[in-house]
Amino acid sequence: MDLAARVKEIYEGYNSSIRVVEFINKVSKRLSERGIKAINIMDFCGTHEWTIVHYGLRSLMPKEVSLVAGPGCPICITPGLYVDYMVKLSFEGFKILTYGDAYKLPGTTNSRVKSLYQAKALGGEVEVVYSFIDVIRIARENSLKNYVFFSVGFETTMPAVAIPLYSNAVPRNIMVFTAHRYTPPVMKYLFDEVREVNLSGVIAPGHVSTIIGSSAWSFIPRDYKVTAVVAGFEPVDVLAAVLIVLKQLLVNRPALVNEYARVVKPEGNTYALRAMNEVFERVDSYWRGIGVIKESGAVFKDKYREYDAASQLGLKDSAVVEDVAPGCRCSEVVLGLSKPTDCPLFMAACTPENPVGPCMVGSEGTCRIWAENPPLLTDVELDHSILRKR
Amino acid sequence: MMYMCLGVPARVLNVESKGGLSIAKVSIGGIVKEVINASSEPIAPGDYVIVHAGMAISKIDEGEVEAIFKIWGEVEKVIESS
Repeated sequence: MDLAARVKEIYEGYNSSIRVVEFINKVSKRLSERGIKAINIMDFCGTHEWTIVHYGLRSLMPKEVSLVAGPGCPICITPGLYVDYMVKLSFEGFKILTYGDAYKLPGTTNSRVKSLYQAKALGGEVEVVYSFIDVIRIARENSLKNYVFFSVGFETTMPAVAIPLYSNAVPRNIMVFTAHRYTPPVMKYLFDEVREVNLSGVIAPGHVSTIIGSSAWSFIPRDYKVTAVVAGFEPVDVLAAVLIVLKQLLVNRPALVNEYARVVKPEGNTYALRAMNEVFERVDSYWRGIGVIKESGAVFKDKYREYDAASQLGLKDSAVVEDVAPGCRCSEVVLGLSKPTDCPLFMAACTPENPVGPCMVGSEGTCRIWAENPPLLTDVELDHSILRKR
Repeated sequence: MMYMCLGVPARVLNVESKGGLSIAKVSIGGIVKEVINASSEPIAPGDYVIVHAGMAISKIDEGEVEAIFKIWGEVEKVIESS
C-alpha cells in the first residue's frame, strides 16, 4: 500500500480504531487483575473533548476508564471583568474586534450589558474577526478610527498578535487587550491544588504543544509520576492516547509520549516562541471561577506599551469573583470535578443560544460540546429528559 | 471559521511577504484564505500545514504520520510479555 492509502486507512479506516479499542480492553483487563480499577484520564483540550463526545468514544471505554474533560477552554476562564471593560469601550468611540468565541461571553454578574453581543445590539461598536490579519486590514482601511482587539486564548493564539508586533507590522490605531493565559501553570495547579481529580493520565493539548513543544509537559511524569500524551484530534489519535496511558500504567513507568509527532516537535515552534517571549511577560493571573494561578497570564512588556490597551486606557486587572452566575458550575466542570449534566442550569436556563455560564459559550466549552453533540453514553448514563427540557 | 481555537489542516498555495509579514495563501478544503506564516520551518506550495486562528502554526511532517504504527507495535510487545 502506498503512503496515502495507509494514511487513509489509519485515520478513516474502521479497523484501526477497532484494533485500538481491543487493545484498550485487553490492557485495562490486565490492570484490573492487578487491582488498578479506577483510571481517570484528563483530556485537557476542548477539541479533544469534542472528538470524544462527537464520536461517542466514552461509550467505547471499559468501565475502569473515565475520560475527564479539563480546563482547555480559554473562553471558559476569561475573566468577566475583561468583558465589562470591552463593553464599556464599545460605547466610548472605540471599535472592539474579537474572535467569534468571545462574542457572547458574559461579563460580571453586576454588569447591565451582558456581553459584546448585547453591546452591539444596543449600539456599541463591535465586530467579529477570524484573525489578527483581519484586524490589521480593517485598521488600515479606516486609519482615523481607533480599534481595540480583545485577544483571548492560550499559547495557540498568542503568536497571532506577537508575530505582527514583533515584525513591526501593526498600524498605530490598534491597541490590544490581552486575556492570554499559559496552559502548563493550570495543569500544575490541578495536580497541586485539586487532588480529588486523582489523575492517572493526561491527554495534553495538541495544538498548544505545536507552539510550546511536547517537552513543555515533561514535568507531568517527572514531578507527578503521571503519563502525559500529546495527541492529535482524530478519533484514532485520542484512542491511541488512552491506550498509551494504560500501557505505561501496565509497565509502571510514567512517561511523556508524543503521539502527534506529525505536527508537534519537542522544542515547539521556535519562531512563534521567540516572538511571544519578546512581546509578553508572565504574571500571576486570575482564571474565571478558579482563582489566581501563578505565572499563568501574558501581559505586554514595556517596549510594546503603546499597543497595550490595559496600560494606555487604565484597565486594571483584578481578581473579581462576581463573574460566576448563581447556580453555574462551569468552574467545577473546567477542573474536571463536575459533568455538564450535574449542573441544574444545563439545557434548562443555560443553552448555546442563551448561555448563562462561560462553558456554554465557546466552541471548546464542555457544556457547549455536550449540548450540541448529545453523548451516546457517558460515564453516567445520559438522562435524555435533560435535553428535552429545552 | 470565526472560531479561534480550531486547528485545521490546509494546503499551501503560495507564500509571499506583505506589509512586513510573511503571508501564506492556503486552501482549507477548497476555501482559500490568507494567513500569517508562523511556521518555524520553511513552507512551500504543496506542503500541508495546520492553520489555527489565522496562522499557519506548523508544517505537517508526512514521515511522522505512521508513528502510530510504532506505538501499536510497542503495546503488542508489552501485552505479550506481561
